[in-house]
Amino acid sequence: MSQRSVIGLFTDEDAAADALDTVRSAGFEQSEYEILTGTPYPEGAFGEEEPVHKLYRFPLIGAACGFIVGLLLTAGTQLAFPLVAGGKPLLSIPPMAIIMYEGTMLGAILFTVFGIVFESRLPRLFMGAYDTRITEGYIGLAITTSEDKTGRAEETLKGAGALEVKRGWES
Amino acid sequence: MQEHVQLDQKQINKELLNGVLQMPKWWPGATAVVLVIFIVGLCAFGYMLNKGVGVTGLNRPVYWGFFMVNFVFWIGISHAGIMISAILRLTQAEWRRPVTRAAEVLTVFSLMAALMAAPLVHVGRPWRADLWVFPYDFARGVWINIRSPFIWDPSAVMTYLTASTLFVLVALLPDLAIIRDRSKGFTRVAYSVMCLGWRGTPRQWKLQAVAGILLSALVLPVFVSVHSIVSWDFAVQIGPEAWHSTIFAPYFIIGAIHSGVSAVATVMVLMVWLWGWKNYITPDHLDAIGRLLIIVATTWFFFFFLEWVFALYSLEAPELAMRDLQVFQWPWSGLFVLFLLTAFFIPVPMWLFRNLRRSLWAMFISTILVNVGMWLERFLIIIPGTMRRGHMIFDWGSYHPSLIEILMVAMTFAWVILGMLLFSKVFPLIPLFDIKEAMVGRDEIKVGRKTVPASIRE
Repeated sequence: MSQRSVIGLFTDEDAAADALDTVRSAGFEQSEYEILTGTPYPEGAFGEEEPVHKLYRFPLIGAACGFIVGLLLTAGTQLAFPLVAGGKPLLSIPPMAIIMYEGTMLGAILFTVFGIVFESRLPRLFMGAYDTRITEGYIGLAITTSEDKTGRAEETLKGAGALEVKRGWES
Repeated sequence: MQEHVQLDQKQINKELLNGVLQMPKWWPGATAVVLVIFIVGLCAFGYMLNKGVGVTGLNRPVYWGFFMVNFVFWIGISHAGIMISAILRLTQAEWRRPVTRAAEVLTVFSLMAALMAAPLVHVGRPWRADLWVFPYDFARGVWINIRSPFIWDPSAVMTYLTASTLFVLVALLPDLAIIRDRSKGFTRVAYSVMCLGWRGTPRQWKLQAVAGILLSALVLPVFVSVHSIVSWDFAVQIGPEAWHSTIFAPYFIIGAIHSGVSAVATVMVLMVWLWGWKNYITPDHLDAIGRLLIIVATTWFFFFFLEWVFALYSLEAPELAMRDLQVFQWPWSGLFVLFLLTAFFIPVPMWLFRNLRRSLWAMFISTILVNVGMWLERFLIIIPGTMRRGHMIFDWGSYHPSLIEILMVAMTFAWVILGMLLFSKVFPLIPLFDIKEAMVGRDEIKVGRKTVPASIRE
């Protein structure tokens, strides 16, 4: 079923927080509404639920992958062509450690950035209901719901004191 | 931060996007000048490729000249971004906010300039530089030599460049959305794509905050490794015995921080002068970075002193020969005095005075002097180091940089300035969302009879 999103604009943090309570009491699920702001506010400033993420797993997985690649590049290549030079050990730990260290860090950083984008639910192809004034200081309360509940969402936002209510396509 | 100006978000957008949404009057002229210098440098590079490295002043025994000096110098400047951004972010220093982006961008372009100076220009045959990293003979299983510092170096620098670039890009997402919302037509489409559809949900803001801390923590160890490995390019060489120093890694790192933080202070002053962001970069910010610089410069001087003590205490002939060149032989002796004055003895006493720390001109001059000094420091390590006057007097030789080398050094400086200017035309140099967060989380409290700003932190 196609979904539509509706956004209500507020100028004041308290009004936005009260509107969120109204939306909740009108029966909308947590997955249906979200606060949009142009600046980071302290968590829970609008009474919203704390977002849960698993970002910390990404650098660990990336570090493991990077370490393995570093190991293959150092030990693997030397063993693939075992040429002993000057009686020195084939696998020389200090230079191997340098390359493996850089590989580990690179893997961790690449996976972290991927994790940030993934956990932020980006890229987002459909913007849904949005207003450019959000990046000017307005606070948006967006409800994304099935088409038959859109009217009720609009009414709820208007009733909650939204300055303006707009519609937008979600998918 | 006592000097706080409370601004609304609309005004912040207008003021901090003045370089992106409008064309500053000075911008085309300044960009054209550095572009011309860059192109002249490229022509010099093309001439060297055509004629060979014989057109440079490099000759036995000095094979490392201006190019390597420049490489180490730009790697040093690149430490600016992480020092300011990561460390101050992790320690929640409020004054970092208007400085982080410019510092990170300076890191990215400096690293590119370093790569331009060493693998591209210094090797003479850059089309073969890839053979350092990639195997050139699969059929016979001939792989890269991981025991060589010339493999460690590109791996560290490329890791740092990748990390720094991604660090900048991740923190740009919210600001790109702000520009998207203020632009029209194709520009709007371009920024919509670049910001990946950012909307500013609590989840996205939380991830942005966590990303800043997590990436800072991950980039810091890379930052330490990069200049350590650059120092090992010197320390593990068989040739110049005077470079066999175990203190090189920390000495190079603190030197890099000294020049990097000074470069950030220079950029801060330029941002006030060129874009007029005096509401965002106040004398308090300069005061803070000035205090930081006193600590950094003094620590650097301590390492410099230790390096000399260890060198002289050993009483080894190659060490003494290099120190003799540095201190008593003209023109190196003159450069040595200039280096000491500009890197430490002029700027540090200046920073001890509050009025000078808060003065744009004083901070500009003192931090430029530091980087003149730090460039000379690398010069005085490399040139007298490679001259290594030993027992075989037929092997004695000196170094005179050619015009071609000077033009290519100018090319790297032009590249960094050009990069910063182009970046500033497309992206904001001050993170808007960070400034706005400071405004939201700030209030005034009354302490006795004084009303002072207070910051709210999570």
